[in-house]
Amino acid sequence: MLSDTERRELEDAVEHYPDKRGATIDALLTIQRRRGWISDDTLLEIAKFLEITVEDVDSVATFYNLVFRKPVGRHVAFVCDSISCWIKGCEQVQEQIKTLYQADLGQTSPDGRLTVLPIACLGQCERAPALMIDQDVYGNVTPEKIEQIVEKYK
Amino acid sequence: MERPLTQHIHSDGTTRTLREYVKTGGYRCLQRLSSGLAPKDLQRLVTDAGLRGRGGGGFLTGTKWSFVPMGADAPKPKYIVANGDEMEPGTFKDRVLMEGDSHGLVEGMILAGYAIDAEVGYIFLRGEYHLSAQRLTEAIAEAYAAGYLGKPLPGTKFRFDLHLHASAGRYICGEETALINALEGKRAVPRAKPPFPQTVGLWGKPTVVQNVETLYNIPHIVNKGSDWYHRLSRTQDGGTKIYGISGRVANPGWWELPLGTTAREVLERYAGGMADGIRFRGLLPGGISTAFMTEEHLDLPLDFSSIPPEVGRLGTATMIVLDDHTCPVGFVLNLEKFFARESCGWCTPCREGLPWVAKLLMSFEEGRATKDDLSLLEMHTKWLAPGHTFCGLAPGAMAPLQSALKYFRDDFEQHISLGRCPWSNKPARLKVLV
Amino acid sequence: MAIIIVDNKSYTVDERQNVLAACLGHGLNVPYFCWHPAMGSVGACRQCAVKQFKDDRDQSGRLVMSCMTPATNGTRISIDDPEAKAFRASVIEWLMVNHPHDCPVCDEGGECHLQDMTVMTGHVYRRYRYQKRTHRNQALGPFIRHEMNRCIQCYRCVRYYRDYAGGRDLNVFGSHDAVYFGREQDGTLENEFSGNLVEVCPTGVFTDKTFFHHYTRKWDLQAAQSICPHCSLGCNTTAAERSGTLRRITNRFNSQVNGYFLCDRGRFGYEYVNSPHRIKRAMVRQERHQSQSRTTEGVPQPLEFAADCLRQARGIVGIGSPRASLEANVALQSLVGPQNFYQGIDQQKGQLLSTILKVLQTGPVPSASIHDAEQSDAVFVLGADLLNEAPRLTLALLQSIRQQPMEQVDELKIPRWDEAAVRNAVQNRRGPLFLTGYQRTWFHEYATDTYFAAPDDIARLGFAVAGSIGQGAPSVPDISPEVKDLTQRIAEALTHAQRPLIIAGTESGSQATIEAAANVAWALHQQGKQPRLSFVLPECNSAGLALLGGGSLNDAFDTIRQGKADTVIVVENDLYRRADQANVDAFFEAAQTVVVIDSVENRTTAQADVLLPAATGPESDGTFVNQEGRAQRFYQVFVSDGDVKESWRWLSDLGRATSQEGGSESGVATWRNFDDAVSATAIAAPELARIGEVAPSASFRLMGQKAPRQSERCSGRTSLISHLTMHEPPPPVDHDSPLGFTMEGYRGPLPSPLISQFWAPGWNSIQAVNTYQDEVGGPLRDEMPGVRLIEPVATKAAGWFTTIPRAFQPTAHQWLLLPLSTVFGSDELSNQSPAIAQRIGKPFLSLHPSDGARLTLEDQSTIDLVLQGTTYRLVVHLNPSIPVGTAGLSLVPEVFGVRVPTWVDLLKAIQTEQTRRAA
Repeated sequence: MLSDTERRELEDAVEHYPDKRGATIDALLTIQRRRGWISDDTLLEIAKFLEITVEDVDSVATFYNLVFRKPVGRHVAFVCDSISCWIKGCEQVQEQIKTLYQADLGQTSPDGRLTVLPIACLGQCERAPALMIDQDVYGNVTPEKIEQIVEKYK
Repeated sequence: MERPLTQHIHSDGTTRTLREYVKTGGYRCLQRLSSGLAPKDLQRLVTDAGLRGRGGGGFLTGTKWSFVPMGADAPKPKYIVANGDEMEPGTFKDRVLMEGDSHGLVEGMILAGYAIDAEVGYIFLRGEYHLSAQRLTEAIAEAYAAGYLGKPLPGTKFRFDLHLHASAGRYICGEETALINALEGKRAVPRAKPPFPQTVGLWGKPTVVQNVETLYNIPHIVNKGSDWYHRLSRTQDGGTKIYGISGRVANPGWWELPLGTTAREVLERYAGGMADGIRFRGLLPGGISTAFMTEEHLDLPLDFSSIPPEVGRLGTATMIVLDDHTCPVGFVLNLEKFFARESCGWCTPCREGLPWVAKLLMSFEEGRATKDDLSLLEMHTKWLAPGHTFCGLAPGAMAPLQSALKYFRDDFEQHISLGRCPWSNKPARLKVLV
Repeated sequence: MAIIIVDNKSYTVDERQNVLAACLGHGLNVPYFCWHPAMGSVGACRQCAVKQFKDDRDQSGRLVMSCMTPATNGTRISIDDPEAKAFRASVIEWLMVNHPHDCPVCDEGGECHLQDMTVMTGHVYRRYRYQKRTHRNQALGPFIRHEMNRCIQCYRCVRYYRDYAGGRDLNVFGSHDAVYFGREQDGTLENEFSGNLVEVCPTGVFTDKTFFHHYTRKWDLQAAQSICPHCSLGCNTTAAERSGTLRRITNRFNSQVNGYFLCDRGRFGYEYVNSPHRIKRAMVRQERHQSQSRTTEGVPQPLEFAADCLRQARGIVGIGSPRASLEANVALQSLVGPQNFYQGIDQQKGQLLSTILKVLQTGPVPSASIHDAEQSDAVFVLGADLLNEAPRLTLALLQSIRQQPMEQVDELKIPRWDEAAVRNAVQNRRGPLFLTGYQRTWFHEYATDTYFAAPDDIARLGFAVAGSIGQGAPSVPDISPEVKDLTQRIAEALTHAQRPLIIAGTESGSQATIEAAANVAWALHQQGKQPRLSFVLPECNSAGLALLGGGSLNDAFDTIRQGKADTVIVVENDLYRRADQANVDAFFEAAQTVVVIDSVENRTTAQADVLLPAATGPESDGTFVNQEGRAQRFYQVFVSDGDVKESWRWLSDLGRATSQEGGSESGVATWRNFDDAVSATAIAAPELARIGEVAPSASFRLMGQKAPRQSERCSGRTSLISHLTMHEPPPPVDHDSPLGFTMEGYRGPLPSPLISQFWAPGWNSIQAVNTYQDEVGGPLRDEMPGVRLIEPVATKAAGWFTTIPRAFQPTAHQWLLLPLSTVFGSDELSNQSPAIAQRIGKPFLSLHPSDGARLTLEDQSTIDLVLQGTTYRLVVHLNPSIPVGTAGLSLVPEVFGVRVPTWVDLLKAIQTEQTRRAA
C-alpha cells in the first residue's frame, strides 16, 4: 500500500507530464528514496498508480543504474570508477572500503550499514577520486579519509 | 578577459540567489522582448553569434532552431529541453554552472523557449547531481514566484512553464533522442533520425534538446549582441568556453576562457603543468569519446573548427590527461568498460562488440593477449563507426581506442611481448591460449 | 514507382518501400533480423548493411542499413561490396559471441533464420574466446518454450507481442548485453496470439511446446495446405505429419486472409487428429454405446450392413454439419436426397445464416476479407465478442485502428515502414473502433467507445446509426440520450471514413442484429461510401452449409418423431452440442438405425449402430467456405491408419453399396475421386459453381510431375517401418489431388495450394515466404487465395429491414441467459488438445453486480444451475459489462448442449452452498 505521503509525492510528480507514464522514473526514484529499494510489491503499487502494467514499470526500472531491484543497506556508497577517478586512485578507495566494511562492489556490509556500488563519472573530475554516499558527494577522497566520511552514516 | 558565464559564481561554492542574479542583469532582457525581439529576431541573433552546441556535438544552435515549425499552425505544445545529463567521464562543466548559477539556466531556457515558441521546458538532470537538483528546484520556485515563469512575459502572450526531471542514471540519456524517450518514461533507447526531434520529439511534438552550457550563453548574447559575442572568442565561432582538466596535473580544475584557447595554455598556464615528477603523454580533449591528442597537437586552438578530423574533435572541452605513470592500456580499458556497461543494448555492434573490446583489453592487462587481439581491436575501431551503429555511443567509444593504438601501439605490444602490464608489478603470465 | 541501382543493375521498385524490402522482392539476398514484413523496420540489428553511393562517380560510398533507407528514385547501392559483406559477417560474429552451440538440440535447427543468415554472410570461425552470458528460462505455459540463451536481441518478440498483438505481459528487461525478454514472473503468456512468437523469433528462444512433445526436423515432415477448422475465418495453415502423427500447425501465408499470423486456438488445437479417442475401426454395434463391434472385421461388413439398413429404411434423415467439408455435405445430400438433407443446426441459427446470405447476395455491399478488415479506417462491431469468436479478426482490427492516424504520418513525410517513427508520431491516437456486446475483454481497451447491452439494445443502436446515416432508413425514436450521443459519434465516424467496416456476430442468436448491421452498411452505401460487411459465423463451414440449404435440426427431430423416417445418418456432427440432451436422446431412441460418420468419439458416436471412421481435415481433401464467402481447399497431408476414410468417400461407398442391386449408379455413387466430388459440389448450388477454381484439380501436373508433400531431405524412408517389414513399400497413391505422398516430384514454382512447405535455397526458415512474393508482404506469386463465392450484384439495397426490437427490459423473475464464447473451450475440436484443454477455464455464470446482489451471490462463489433438466456447477463472475437482467454462460465443454439464448428464472434455477446444504 502506498502511504499518504508517497501518494502525494507521486501525484505531484505526475503533474509534470501530459501522461502518467512519463512519471515512471520519477515514481521509481521517489518511492525508492523512502523505501530504499523497489521490491516486486512496490513495483506493483507503482504500476497501479500510473495505470500501466507491472511489466511496463519493470522494463524501465531494470534499465537504469540508480533503481535498485534488490535490497540495499541503510546507505549506499557509490564509488566513481570513471577515468579521472581511476587515474587518481579509486581502486585504492574501493579496497579500503572493502577492508573496513567487508563489502566489495555490489555487496552489502554484514552489519547492513552500507551497500557499495560502482558509479559512472560523478562530475567531480577536478576533485578526483570522488565518492557519493546517498545524496552527499565527497571529492579528493583518499583511503585515509574513508572512515571519517563513512562514520557519519549509521 | 570577460567570463560572462562564471564571473559571478561564488568561489566558496554557495548558491547565487535570485536577488544577486537580478542585480547583475539577470532576467533583464525579458522586458525587452516585446519591443523588437520577436522569436525570429532572437533566432537570427543566436545564428549571427555563431553559438555552437556545447554538449560535444558543436552543431550551430541557430540552425538547430530553424528546423522547428513555427507559426499558428505548428503543432503544440512545443518543448525545449536542457540536456543536463552530464555523464561523460571527465566532464563536470555543467555541474559547475548548475550549482553555481542556477538562474542562468532558467533564463536561458525561457529565452530558448521564446525563440522557438515552446511554452514548456524540461531540465533533464542526471539523478546523481543532487546539489544541482536542490538548487535548480529553488531557482525554479523563485522564478515562478517572481513571475518569470508561469505568467506571460511583459508585452507578449508567451508564458513558459519549466519542469525539473531527475533521471535514474544512464549515460545514453545524454543522447538527445534517448533523453526524449527517458522523459517519456520509457527505456532510454535512442531514436533513428530522420525524423528529427524538431519534427517528432517529446510526445510526438516539435522538441529542441540543448546542452546546459549552450543555454547559459543565450541571455548574454541577447543582452550584449552577436558582435560582442564574437569578440570574446579567438576563432570564427563566438563566445567563451568552459575548459576543464583532470588527471595528474598540478591544479585540476575549470576555467572560462575564450573559445580557441589551446590545450597547452590550459595545461601549463592554468593547470600548472603536470604534477611533480610526472610527464605528459597525451590527453583526451573533451570527455572520453574523443581521440587522444599528443604533444604535437597541444598548440591547436581548442574550438569546433581548428582540430582536423584525422586528429579528433573538441567534444566537451574538459580534458583528461594521460601521464607516464599510467598505463595507456589500463586507461583505455577503463574507458571501454564504461562504454560496454552503458550500452543501451539495442544494436548489435555496440551491445556485443564493446564488451568484447573490454575483455580483450583485460587480456592485455593480464598478459594474456596475442597479436591477433590487436587485429580484433582494430577491427572494432573500423566497424563501430558512425552510421554503422544506431547512435554515436560506440563510435565515441572507438575514438580513444583507435588513437591509443595509433600513438601508444608500442605499449600495447609490450603487454604482449612481456606477458604482463609494464606498469604493474604483477609477474608475467604463462601464455595459455584458451 | 522508382528505379534503384543495385550492384550496377537497375530495378523497378515501389518508392514507398525501404531498400531491404525492395531487394528481397526482387529475389536479391540481403540478410536481416529485426525487419519484418508486417512490422516494418527499426534498424536495431544492423544485419542488413549495404554500401550506398552518392552517384556513379562515388567510389567509396558508406554503409547504410537497407531496412532504414527509402527506395527513392536513383538510390544506388551495392550488396556485394566487400566492405558491406565483411560488416555483415561481423554482425553474425557479434551475435555468435553469446549464442550457444545448441543447434543439434535446438528445435529451430533446420528452419532457423539465424542459421540461414549465418550461412548467407559466410561467417564461420569463432574468434571470441571468453565466456558467454547465460540466462534463466521461464515457464510460459503449455504453448511456448523459452530458451533465452539463444536470444540475439532482435527485439522482434516484444515488438510483435506488444505493438502488433496488443499483449502486455511480455517485455524486455535489463540493459547492455544482459537484456532479457520474458514475463515479470513465470506464467502462461496471456495473449491469444502468443503462438506467432515461434515464427516471429528468428532463433530458438520461443518454440512450439506442443511440437516439442513429438518433435521432428522440418525436412522430415510431410505437409500440405490446410484450412483451420476452429472458427469461421478460415485461416490458411500448413499441417505437417511424420510417422502417422500430425506434428504441428504453422501459419500459411494468404495475402487476403490470415497474412503472417494465426491465433493460438488454430495453431495449437490440432491434437484431436492424434487423439486416443479417434475412431479408427468401422464397426457395427449390437447395442448402442458398446465399444466392441459385432463383427471383428473392418470395412465390408459395416458398410454392407448399413447399406442394407438404408435399402430397407422407411425414410432416411441425413444430418450434415457446419464443420464438415462442402463435399461431405453434398455427398450426404446426394445420397439421401435434398428433401431428406438437414443442416444439423438448430432453426434459429439456420435462420440467421439465411438472413446473412440474403444480405450478402441481394445487397450492394460486399463482404470483407481479413485483409480488408486490416485496411478499414472505421469499424463498428455489433454484438460479437471477436476476441473469443473470431480471434484472428481481432488481430486485424488492432491494425485497422492505425489507419486513420497514418494521414498525419504521411503529412510529416515519415515512411510508413519506419515503425518507431510512426509510433512516436502517432502516440496514442487511434482510428474509430466501436465495440458492442456483453462481455468485456482486453481488446475493448482499444475501442473509441464500448456499449455493453442486451442483443436487442445492440440491434437498436445499429438501427439508430443506420437511421442517422441513410435517407429513408428506419430510425429508433425512443432511444436514451446517451445512446443517441453514441449513435451520432458512430454515424459521424463511419461517414467520414474511406473504408468503413460493419461487423456483426451470430453467437447471441439475434436476428435483429444482423438486420441492423445490414441497414448500416446499406445506408453508408446509399451515401456514396465504400462500406464492407463481415459476419462472424459459428463454424468453419457454416457459410458453405448455408449455401447448400437444407432443413433444420428441429425439422429432423420432428421427422423422426412423427415416424416419417426411421433411419438416421449423421455426418461429423455431435448433436448433443446443438440441442438439449432430452431431445437428442429421444431422437436417437426413436430412430431404428443410426449411422454415424465421424472422426473422434463423442456422445453422438456413442449412439451409433453403425460407426464409420471419418478422416479429419489433415487426412482428407475438402473445401470450406469461410465467413467471407471464400471457398478454400484443404489437402490431405497423410494417409491415416485403420479404416479411416473421408466422409464423402464413405457416403460414396454407401451410395454404391445401396444401389448395387439393379439400377445404375447416380449421384454420389458415381464419385470415384475427389475431382468427382468437386464437380458434383459445383452444381449443388448456384453460388458453388466456381468451386473447381479454388485449387488445381487432381489431374494437374507440371512437367508431367506431381507436387511432392515431402522435402528432398525427408529421411528414413527405408527404415521407418523396418520393424514391421524389410520391404520398402511404394508410397501411397493419391488419386484425389496433384500432390504426392513422396519426396519426388516437381520442384519448381507451384500454384500456392500445392506448396507443401515454404522453402528456398538458403532460406530454410519461414522467412522463405519472402522468396514466393514479388513484393514482400504482398500476394504470393501464383497465389490462389481461395474464391469469393458471393459478390454483390445489386447496385442498391432492395429495401431496409424494418423490424426494430423493443428496448430490453429486465424482468422481475426472468433473466436472459446469453452465450459467452471462450477462445479456449468453445470450439469442439481444439478442446481435445491437451495444451488447449489446460487453458479452458471453469464454467462460469456472468452476472451484473446488482443482479448478483439481488440473488445474494458473491463473486467467485460456486452455484448449481438447473437448466433444461440438467444441473450445472458454475462459478459466479460478477461483471458490470453483462447487462442487468441478463446472465452470461461460458460455453465450455461442461455446459455444451444448453440451448442459449434462453430465459431462465434464476431465483429458482440457482442453488448455492446454503440451499444445497439446506436441501
